Amino acid sequence: MGISNVKIYIHIANNDIYFLFLYHMPLIEFTDKGLYCPQGKFYIDPWRPVDKAIITHAHSDHAKAGSAHYFCHTLTKPLLLSRLGPHTIQDSAWGVPHHINGVQVSLHPSGHIIGAAQIRVEYKGEIWVCSGDYKTENDGISGAFEPINCHTFITESTFGLPIYNWLPQHSIYESMRQWVLKNIAQQKNAILLAYSLGKAQRVLEALAPLDIPIWVHGAIWNMHESLSNAGVALPLVQRITPEHTKSNFKNAIILAPPGADGSSWIKKFTPYQLAVCSGWMQVRANQRRNNADIGFALSDHADWNGLLQAIKATSAEKIFVTHGFQAVFSKYLKDQGLEAEEVVTAYGQEEEASKTISE
Amino acid sequence: MKAFATLIEQLSTTTKTAEKVEALYQYFKVANDRDKVWAIALFTGRRPRRTISSTLLKTWCADYCNLPLWLLEECRHTVGDLSETIALLIPVQSDIIYTSSPLHVYIEKLISLSSANEAEKKAYMLQCWQQLNSSTERFVFNKLMSGAFRIGVSQQLLIQALSKFAQMEASFIAHCITGKWDPSLISFHELINVSAPSADVSKPYPFCLAYPIESGLDKLGDSANWLAEWKWDGIRGQLIKRKDTAFLWSRGEELITEKFPELNQLFTYLPNGIVLDGEIVAAIHDKPLPFSLLQTRIGRKHISKKILSDAPVRFFAYDILEYRGEDIRQYSLENRRKILESLVTSLNVHTLFISPSISFTHWQELKQIHLQSRANSAEGFMLKKKKSPYYMGRKKGDWWKWKVDPYTIDAVLIYAQKGSGRRGNLYTDFTFAVKDGDKLVPFAKAYSGLTNAEIAQVDAFVKRNAVEKFGPVRTVKPELVFELAFEGIHLSSRHKCGIAVRFPRIYRWRKDKKPEEINTLADLKALL
Ligand SMILES: [Zn+2]
Ligand SMILES: [Zn+2]
Repeated sequence: MGISNVKIYIHIANNDIYFLFLYHMPLIEFTDKGLYCPQGKFYIDPWRPVDKAIITHAHSDHAKAGSAHYFCHTLTKPLLLSRLGPHTIQDSAWGVPHHINGVQVSLHPSGHIIGAAQIRVEYKGEIWVCSGDYKTENDGISGAFEPINCHTFITESTFGLPIYNWLPQHSIYESMRQWVLKNIAQQKNAILLAYSLGKAQRVLEALAPLDIPIWVHGAIWNMHESLSNAGVALPLVQRITPEHTKSNFKNAIILAPPGADGSSWIKKFTPYQLAVCSGWMQVRANQRRNNADIGFALSDHADWNGLLQAIKATSAEKIFVTHGFQAVFSKYLKDQGLEAEEVVTAYGQEEEASKTISE
Repeated sequence: MKAFATLIEQLSTTTKTAEKVEALYQYFKVANDRDKVWAIALFTGRRPRRTISSTLLKTWCADYCNLPLWLLEECRHTVGDLSETIALLIPVQSDIIYTSSPLHVYIEKLISLSSANEAEKKAYMLQCWQQLNSSTERFVFNKLMSGAFRIGVSQQLLIQALSKFAQMEASFIAHCITGKWDPSLISFHELINVSAPSADVSKPYPFCLAYPIESGLDKLGDSANWLAEWKWDGIRGQLIKRKDTAFLWSRGEELITEKFPELNQLFTYLPNGIVLDGEIVAAIHDKPLPFSLLQTRIGRKHISKKILSDAPVRFFAYDILEYRGEDIRQYSLENRRKILESLVTSLNVHTLFISPSISFTHWQELKQIHLQSRANSAEGFMLKKKKSPYYMGRKKGDWWKWKVDPYTIDAVLIYAQKGSGRRGNLYTDFTFAVKDGDKLVPFAKAYSGLTNAEIAQVDAFVKRNAVEKFGPVRTVKPELVFELAFEGIHLSSRHKCGIAVRFPRIYRWRKDKKPEEINTLADLKALL
């Protein structure tokens, strides 16, 4: 153990009592395989196969196949099985303390997508929280983000710039419904591109009240099935198969993942209008680049103010910033007098490189 | 402002031209006449001058939003546009809904503020920021205020929409909105009415433009139906003489009459009621000089004697659109050219030449002559059908440009910058270097030429391999090799490597090549 790993935490419990903790290693280290807890001997969202992996949520940049043992929230388990194939998975409800090699671990809702968890890690009185991906606005499906007091908070920063400020969900939903109705009135199909896990289910919630037939791409259908089987109540949808032809789609709503745009698959819905649902749509250039007729800045991540509020609510003394605008966001936090540091992870990379609009 | 903002939103999101025309048409239906005039002015590049510098705009926005200036800069690099960045940063006042005024109210107020002091400007800006509800309205306002309104809609679409709205021929509309007019002074009825007494004698015709030739020459049919001319490397210009006054327009609809004093004699001798289309070329007699010499004159206020002797200009005429006050654009090219030839011959002015037609008997022969383009100081050929009228704007079929192959050189990517506008947020503006011994010498910037998929790959490479984390420029490991194409090359003292290239662009990505295999500065200089 090198001397560089020694850290001193001064914790003020009340006005006149000072506790001094001396640690020889941080509770969570940033390794080339992912976030690692040396005392508990487990990884959080590792991007290479390991022995024990705690998974925050089932998005592909956080949940990689090949590890020996997985641990995640109960609602994430069916999604992991569907995405990664058969693996050994232990699941847990919210807030239940588990002890792994003497380290206490519990899962708390992050509000990102269904089953998405923040990981709370406690060892000898020191508490770290790894946010995974999170959203502070309660979307009504994913569970409400729970602020947790901790010493060290590892936060994402996907939308860590002040230009990203979301409108309230109900007003985005309302614009989406208006847009769909306008298209139906013009005898056009309304295609909405939304990430198949998380975003797609929210778009469904938004549009179900319209009582217009909703068709979904196979990738979204798979997620829909897994969630329905796990007991999540979702609106009724129909699966699009190769047997369906143009004549099946008249004045309908089509839900597809972002990769579908520009493919020949989309042609059978002509005439149509295309919407992209993603926080990146906040910026006009992204809308145009995706050849969308309209963009809805609907995100599963916290916006700028959401990030700042979440960080404040943890009362953390030290913030590690990952996943997104980490350099800029950590610099801003430092400007504000917080102890912050950027950490480069593999999260977001794969999606960002292949498709600018996914999250 | 709300209707105009909606229009801007529709224009920037839809990719279909029919929908763009419809959006414009719907706008003209609801907008009042003053707003119509200003909308036409904005879409034809007649934007008001900036009221506030972008530096002030940034400072005031940072203050207002309580953000550090560096963070605002980072946002701008991501968004790619300052007006949009500010529109997104301003917190929305959701409690009070204001009704915005019509477009012209903002523009006219901004114009009236141009001589006001900073405090007055700032007060008006803050008031608008608070009262404009949607981010698109704030975006348009910021664009107007910073004199940066450049939202593109092609002239053709604007003309189609106006033609549908005013129920007039498109060619008539095109003529009306071309040339010199001041949106502050003209009414919508005066604008769309060329025969009105106030009609401007300087009014040019829309230029006829050609597409690059796509297929083999054989597809053009019998070569006897075609006229071939050298494509000159100069400034396309329309020369007008009406009521004893001459006007020279550039293709960008800029009046450049004063810039070329050596043409004064031509202006004087030219009879009234004449409009010529041609090329302003730096030339000794009828022998063109490199474009770089002409370039040294552009943008200069004072034309010195030295410039006049180093780079004297001539007008190479290739078409005549108006003769004896009559619009003859519907005449066939053959007939127009006959009129032009007799006019040029009878005038006998040493600064006016007819752009010669190339005599050839079959396509194969023309291909041979094409190889001599560079030796003739030309960029290639223009091919025009002898029976063709003078079209308005860009039209496929009767006119083609057939350029010489560009110069190419293999270079390595060394710096990247985020693009603006359409490509904001992606690294798309690149600087390339060639080898000079064991050093790398930057020599060209290029913005275009990659497919969207390639752009995404290069962008990912830059994000992984960048040295800097802040600011607009990223230095990357010299690893990716590209073949660059460019049109011309000349010595330049303003460039570090001593050389400047014209219209550099990415020809293709040479994934098969290693950085050691790129061309050298000596290779580049050999092209001079
Ligand atoms: Zn995620
Ligand atoms: Zn993520």
